Amino acid sequence: MALNQSGWRPSAPQQGEGVAATHTGNKALMLEEALIFEIGDEHTTGVDFAPGDVAGSRLGNLTRKSPIGLPGLSEPETVRHYTRLSRQNYAIDLGLFPLGSCTMKHNPRLNERMARLPGFADIHPLQPVDTVQGALGVINELAVWLIKLTGMHGVAMSPKAGAHGELCGILCIKAALEKRGEGHRKVVLVPESAHGTNPATAAFAGFTVEDIPATAEGRVDTEALEARLGPDVAAVMITNPNTCGLFERDLKRISDAVHAAGGYVYCDGANFNAIVGKVRPGDLGVDAMHINLHKTFSTPHGGGGPGSGPVVLSEALSPFGPLPFTERYADGHITLVEEESVDDRHPDSFGRMTAFHGQMGMFTRALTYILSHGADGLKQVAEDAVLNANYILRSLADTLDAPFAGSGPCMHEAIFSDAGLAAGFSTIDIAKALIDEGFHPMTMYFPLVVHGAMLVEPTETESKAGLDQFIGALRSVAERAKAGDASLKTAPHFAPRSRLDETLAARKPVLVWKEPAPVAEAAE
Amino acid sequence: MRYLPLTGHDRTDMLATIDAPHIDALFVDVPEEARLDGPIHGLPLHASEMAVERHMTRLARQNTVAGEVPFFLGAGAYRHHVPASVDHLIQRGEFLTAYTPYQPEIAQGTLQMLFEFQTQVARMLGTDVANASMYDGSTACWEAIGMARRITKRGKAILSGGLHPHYVSVAKTMAKYTGDQLETALPTLSADTDLDALIAAIDDDTSCVVVQYPDILGRIADLRPLADAAHAKKALLIAVVTEPVAMGAIVSPGEMDADIVVGEGQSIGVGLQFGGPYVGLFGCKDKYVRQMPGRLCGETKDADGRRGFVLTLSTREQHIRREKATSNICTNSGLCALAFSIHMTLLGEAGLRRLAGINHAAACRAADRLAKVPGVTLVNDSFFNEFTLDLGREARPIVRALADQGVLAGVSLGRLYPGADALANGLIVAVTETSSDDDVEALATALEAALA
Repeated sequence: MALNQSGWRPSAPQQGEGVAATHTGNKALMLEEALIFEIGDEHTTGVDFAPGDVAGSRLGNLTRKSPIGLPGLSEPETVRHYTRLSRQNYAIDLGLFPLGSCTMKHNPRLNERMARLPGFADIHPLQPVDTVQGALGVINELAVWLIKLTGMHGVAMSPKAGAHGELCGILCIKAALEKRGEGHRKVVLVPESAHGTNPATAAFAGFTVEDIPATAEGRVDTEALEARLGPDVAAVMITNPNTCGLFERDLKRISDAVHAAGGYVYCDGANFNAIVGKVRPGDLGVDAMHINLHKTFSTPHGGGGPGSGPVVLSEALSPFGPLPFTERYADGHITLVEEESVDDRHPDSFGRMTAFHGQMGMFTRALTYILSHGADGLKQVAEDAVLNANYILRSLADTLDAPFAGSGPCMHEAIFSDAGLAAGFSTIDIAKALIDEGFHPMTMYFPLVVHGAMLVEPTETESKAGLDQFIGALRSVAERAKAGDASLKTAPHFAPRSRLDETLAARKPVLVWKEPAPVAEAAE
Repeated sequence: MRYLPLTGHDRTDMLATIDAPHIDALFVDVPEEARLDGPIHGLPLHASEMAVERHMTRLARQNTVAGEVPFFLGAGAYRHHVPASVDHLIQRGEFLTAYTPYQPEIAQGTLQMLFEFQTQVARMLGTDVANASMYDGSTACWEAIGMARRITKRGKAILSGGLHPHYVSVAKTMAKYTGDQLETALPTLSADTDLDALIAAIDDDTSCVVVQYPDILGRIADLRPLADAAHAKKALLIAVVTEPVAMGAIVSPGEMDADIVVGEGQSIGVGLQFGGPYVGLFGCKDKYVRQMPGRLCGETKDADGRRGFVLTLSTREQHIRREKATSNICTNSGLCALAFSIHMTLLGEAGLRRLAGINHAAACRAADRLAKVPGVTLVNDSFFNEFTLDLGREARPIVRALADQGVLAGVSLGRLYPGADALANGLIVAVTETSSDDDVEALATALEAALA
């Protein structure tokens, strides 16, 4: 039995009333840290090298003579610098990270250990294929899992992130249309609630993007979509579950209609974590779907990457997938299909998207996670993620406006709006106050179809006690916003920084550090 | 299930709270005929940490580890020693398990690191600014070509034969869809680069010239005449650096007036990892910053006047501009950028220059030794830590034969340029601080036997 079922509760924080500022600017464990350019110098190094002459003379008369301007630190100083910086970050290791439609789940450390096995970490992408059979085996085994979990026909493993995967899927569609002699289909339909990468990707590939409206219940307007289909429509890009947290229950009907009209269905699989093991997109008529390995299969996102975006493909699109890819023979030997063999083996491939084989380090981690959970565990993952999101939705529907609460159960995320807050208060005030409560805020102002959207995605990583604590915090903050508590407008109060001036940053961009003017000139 | 905190009791309680009779009641919107009623058939069930570790270790053992054999592969990915503290620090949970810094007040660690990274990269490449990273060098390269099109409003890019063939391949893929016209060429197995031909090819329709430095065969050429020729026609010079350690030994492309410099940052801090994740470097002149792809971190102040950092100029990006964005890129390579930046901080100017010196000296010794093998000719006049040998016969089978003997000899041009007979005898050999003289001797001996 848990000792404290309501979760940890901090005592009321002491403000700095009557307490002098510190000499250093530090506040005990909260340490200010200067830039490496301010604390390092060009003579210090934290790396020892063997002694010896390094005279070299074959640099084509381009030998460097002037300094580059790179500061160095000793090893202890380096460890302190980055450790101090790390402590200014929130992370899933510290608590809930409910960034709807993006988010992170727990990153198991077994994944990290496996990715660092020298047999995976210390092999070169251009080694002869006979010397990397185990690495190709990882790619192949993960590919088989992704195909079976999605009920699709093939998978392109090389895309480097979700948006790169979207591009891969859209290029497959373009190649398929051209092969059919229907390159004139120029329109891609994208729902208003889509991630920004969807229209950006379609536009990059030369398509014209047209919005599809959402219904009042937060789903794609199927009738409007069907009415727009025609000989100029190349594809529909649908996120499922969508960014309102809802399952697109008409997806099969939409797919059938799109196919009948000669188009293809691209599914943004960012939210596949909600349905893995529960339903296979291939059974809903999807032609291409990227999977963000960090989101569904627990690879770390490291402050904004690396990602990894394998794309599962239908039978119709598989022939067009990118190079390189693996092929396993009956005797177990795995080979790589690259430019060399493409004409014989994969003549319709649209080509290469990246220099090598994709995000191998992420494949190792994702496969480790998948094997840990197995088919039964992955199903449980989806169920727990959806249960947690519904628990948050129902627990807070009495406090916050939940525009789609009547649209059926939510999937992986719960959506709220800023309706009902006191005049002048908005989603950002709730978000910043949650920081003070020790939580990462939810996704703010996205999707655009909900005013002041707050998109909360807990994932399966959270315990019930953890959810209860978060619900309590969000309720408390929401009540304060409804009551017009002015202190919310200046939150966060306890973070390493108060609200940062983004307008200033954009107006006069300072993107690299520059030596300050000499003191004599700067004075007065 | 070790990663799932909910107990059966919790689940029952929570279902009661939300008034759902059972878990499948939450999946009612999934069409009934598509709902799966149990774990997907034919896939294994959950496994212990020990069992998974055993399975993965068995796969890992089927690979020849670079560090365990004489190893000379380069051609866009290089083996360098990475200090232990780099890997320790990037595994700090606050770095490893943070998401994109959308809430800057609680992401200053990542943001300050990115600001430092941008500055380090800009200084190394010799550009005014650099972004917070791209996926890798090859994708950074085609993004640069697209950026040049936006800036010059012209659609013809001239790619040097010395550009990595996979980078050319990626650019060709993308050009099919963007309508860019690419002029490409194969390299020649000689000491001469194609700089003069590139200069002659630039015309009033040219958006950019793309040149790798040092190039795919390891050759180093002065880019200043090319920059002048490009600028005379109002075209841009894009330089590609696949081995940033070289910047410690030679003048950077930015210092030679390149307009956009992109690179593969893998060789500093990241490791080989069978090709990814790597970290794309992207720098340019100040005046082009608003046409850059990717995230940018900028300095600002907080409400109390303290220095802080935020993601900025995001009106270029897809989450604001949607179909009008400069690129569809969202995720970058933050954790690899961190590894790069930590390693670079440990090295510092003094360390980078010493490391570069050691690499070049080792490569000079190796080139001299290998050129003494009967039948082998050194192609390059100039190189940094990578050069090309002409073996006098097809290199690819020799690379395979040497691999069977436990020597990873290098990258054959036959692998990179299948079907190009004039290049088939070429072998690219990379020599870094991790290659010992004994390793070089082992390669020389094995080559001698194979060519005898």
